[in-house]
Amino acid sequence: MAKRIDVSGLTAYYGSHKAIEDISMTVEPRSVTAFIGPSGCGKSTFLRTLNRMHEVTPGGRVEGKVLLDDEDLYGNGIDPVAVRRTIGMVFQRPNPFPTMSIFDNVAAGLKLNGNYKKSELGDIVERSLKGANLWNEVKDRLNKPGSGLSGGQQQRLCIARAIAVEPQVLLMDEPCSALDPISTLAIEDLIGELKERFTIVIVTHNMQQAARVSDRTAFFNLSAVGQPGRLIEIDDTERIFSNPSVQATEDYISGRFG
Amino acid sequence: MSNAPVTRKHASTLRGGSLPKWSPWAIAAGSLAVGAGVSLAAGLDSKVQWGLIAAILFVLGTYVIAARVEGRRQAKDRVATSMVWVCFIVAVVPLVSLIWETVERGVKVFDAYFLSHSMGVVADAETGGGIYHAIIGTLEQVGIASLIAVPIGVLTAIYLVEYGRGKLAKAVTFFVDVMTGIPSIVAGLFVLSFWILILDMGYSGFAGAMALSILMMPVVVRSTEEMLKLVPNELREASLALGVPKWRTILKVVLPTSIGGITTGVMLAVARITGETAPVLLLVWGTGFINNNPFDGPQASLPLYIYQQYAAGTPASVDRAWAAALALILFVMILNMGARAIARWKAPKAGR
Amino acid sequence: MDISTQSTEAPPPAPRSSGATRKSAARGATRPGDRVFLALSRGSGILLLVIMAAIAVFLTYRAALALSKNEGNFLTTFEWNTGLTPPVFGIAVLAFGTVVSAIIAMALAVPVAVGIALFITHYAPRKLGGPIAYVIDLLAAVPSIVYGLWGAIVLVPHMNGLFGWLDTYLGWTGIFSWQDGAPRSMLTVGILLAIMILPIITNVSREVFRQAPQMHQEAALALGATRWEVIRMSVLPFGRSGVISASMLGLGRALGETMAVATVLSPSFDIQASLLDPGGGTFAQNIAAKFNEATVFGQDALIASGLVLFVITLLVNGAARLIINRRKEYSGANA
Repeated sequence: MAKRIDVSGLTAYYGSHKAIEDISMTVEPRSVTAFIGPSGCGKSTFLRTLNRMHEVTPGGRVEGKVLLDDEDLYGNGIDPVAVRRTIGMVFQRPNPFPTMSIFDNVAAGLKLNGNYKKSELGDIVERSLKGANLWNEVKDRLNKPGSGLSGGQQQRLCIARAIAVEPQVLLMDEPCSALDPISTLAIEDLIGELKERFTIVIVTHNMQQAARVSDRTAFFNLSAVGQPGRLIEIDDTERIFSNPSVQATEDYISGRFG
Repeated sequence: MSNAPVTRKHASTLRGGSLPKWSPWAIAAGSLAVGAGVSLAAGLDSKVQWGLIAAILFVLGTYVIAARVEGRRQAKDRVATSMVWVCFIVAVVPLVSLIWETVERGVKVFDAYFLSHSMGVVADAETGGGIYHAIIGTLEQVGIASLIAVPIGVLTAIYLVEYGRGKLAKAVTFFVDVMTGIPSIVAGLFVLSFWILILDMGYSGFAGAMALSILMMPVVVRSTEEMLKLVPNELREASLALGVPKWRTILKVVLPTSIGGITTGVMLAVARITGETAPVLLLVWGTGFINNNPFDGPQASLPLYIYQQYAAGTPASVDRAWAAALALILFVMILNMGARAIARWKAPKAGR
Repeated sequence: MDISTQSTEAPPPAPRSSGATRKSAARGATRPGDRVFLALSRGSGILLLVIMAAIAVFLTYRAALALSKNEGNFLTTFEWNTGLTPPVFGIAVLAFGTVVSAIIAMALAVPVAVGIALFITHYAPRKLGGPIAYVIDLLAAVPSIVYGLWGAIVLVPHMNGLFGWLDTYLGWTGIFSWQDGAPRSMLTVGILLAIMILPIITNVSREVFRQAPQMHQEAALALGATRWEVIRMSVLPFGRSGVISASMLGLGRALGETMAVATVLSPSFDIQASLLDPGGGTFAQNIAAKFNEATVFGQDALIASGLVLFVITLLVNGAARLIINRRKEYSGANA
């Protein structure tokens, strides 16, 4: 069920400002692809173009193609709502719905499509929470509000919510940047497990994290402030961190700038 | 061009039938046409009914068409969109009509003569006369009310923000909220009961001003409180750390920083009480003559003038009522726009 | 409030300041200037409380004077004859009219206001939303007497068609039957009140919807929610308490509105079964209408009815406060 993503010639704008320019890459199914790069290089913007969340921002628009197993997400007749259902997303700050219980949070995406029996729903919620390594911690308080959990637990709740609808791809926008080291470790372990089932793309500021969790790494950079971000190179993570083919990548990774 | 021929078995999960972009307009036009047709056939003569029928058709039509082409969830989404648009239009019609009618009917007798003459001995059915006495009355009453309410309101807000702790502050906060909800006629009855019935002081502009000040105080407290809270604490601490006493810190640092917002709040409060009719009706009594002394004898006021001219019911007096309404709206709107302009101009840079 | 507690508990000033000043700043008011200023500001706060208390006391006192001579039952009498000896008056009709007109106003205004607020925050093109919000802000400031004038002269004639229609199709219900009187009835009053309170409810609701956290809306979007589903999942739950308090504000205004009712309603001291037939009255309207001809005793009787209105609005506002405070504990933990 994991799918592959082919991006070609993608440019994204905020109003008249060009945020990223001419990006082409392939994201392999059942793997973790990490996006790294200095702040403002457009890696989060690029991530958000992959499930058509970018156009939600006022003034946001996109040129180019994003193929999900040969189908262009920006093609005619494509329903962005269906795209977002197929390509799930986890955000920087944990954002469980504050008015819903833990159970309802996980079931939120399923309920949108209606036709689930109560027992079915319970099964899927349990499976998703187990998938997010959260089941044992919350199984006794499924009816309590999700906002009562710790930050790390909330983030795993959000992951459970995202995988409950069985997406093809899971996008993660700096999922650990608001978490403490122990919670971060838990999420990283989880990512390792989830890649068996999903295509995962993760944006991270933390290069060690990229090295630890990803199979492939893409380095983004911008030539100057105000200029659009570009993809510098994408390669196997091991190569990027040991022997990158572009000098700028090496400078960034070795901490010479950024 | 981007639509490469794709024929895989899962290719259709991302697409669903979708209505073209122009479809809401088409449905709206269709519903309007059918609504007009139905109304004509049924012999309905009120355009309001035509509009209501068209609105209902629009919402229903959107749902049915979208449900067939796009599915139930999309249909619900489209119905929500069309309902929201209908809400907007339904609300805009009366509000636009209000402004339009006031301006259109008001300009008939609205001129320099109208602004500079009182009713004097003009009878209800006669043309002529004006609102000079009412303007004098309103300005004096609102002015006195502001003189009472603004210092008390601002000081109370300072107490709540800068000093307030404990039960007293909680009680004041609660009762300011309660006071905000006092109907204006009740404020009028209160002043009536103690000033006129118990102290036997007689109807006057000042009595009305007291009632207006009661209505104005909570508004001033609330807005000033909000503004004082926006002043960053660092400013206070910086001043205190320099050895400036607290009261001077408040006067020299806190108030100047928030003066723009406080002015805005006061102007909005003035605009609000300028339009209050009920307490004036009970306490100022109303007169057709010019009375420059707010402390002695009945006065006129703009809102009261409108009511009395309307109640008189002759064509000439109703014309005057509209013209006075136009004057009142202009006055209130200018105050409002001015207040908002000041708010924008003086907005603290830290902002929200 | 939290800012104020922070400021009063602020760390003592830097050691640079002299000992005396430090003491005064830390304790609040030991200098003469501080003492005077604190006394002034606290005195203003106390004065507000005194005014509230005075309103209750004086209204109750004058009301008691009137009630002690009332021969009718104040709560149930369908009469307002303060000139009789002995006088007979009761508020049944007024209470009924006040409640009915307010219910009509709320039923019409709240959904539409929520719709407009959503329109401004989530549906209108961005360039349109700002100006619309500004105009609605201004409309909230239009004086009620102008609404009254417009209602009586422009709205009332327009109601004829609607009333005929309601009578034809819904007349069988009884509450929508119409005997061809001028449409100066409770329904017209309710509609006018709805138009009047619409801007207020819209403004407060809009402000709340605007603050709905972006991150929860994005969470819903990322699950594949349509725009309406996003609003239902993340905007409306967040804004519920705000909408309730906005509605209560509107309700308070509708209950106490005087001039708009006085100009539009053709009053009578009885209860009409139909909302379309003229008649009935409200507390505020009755006071305005009867005041000019009232004797001192008549004024006291009107004050008694005003006291009831005062208590009702206090209860409504108190309830609104309670709801808001309770909701605060629920939400916002993570927002």
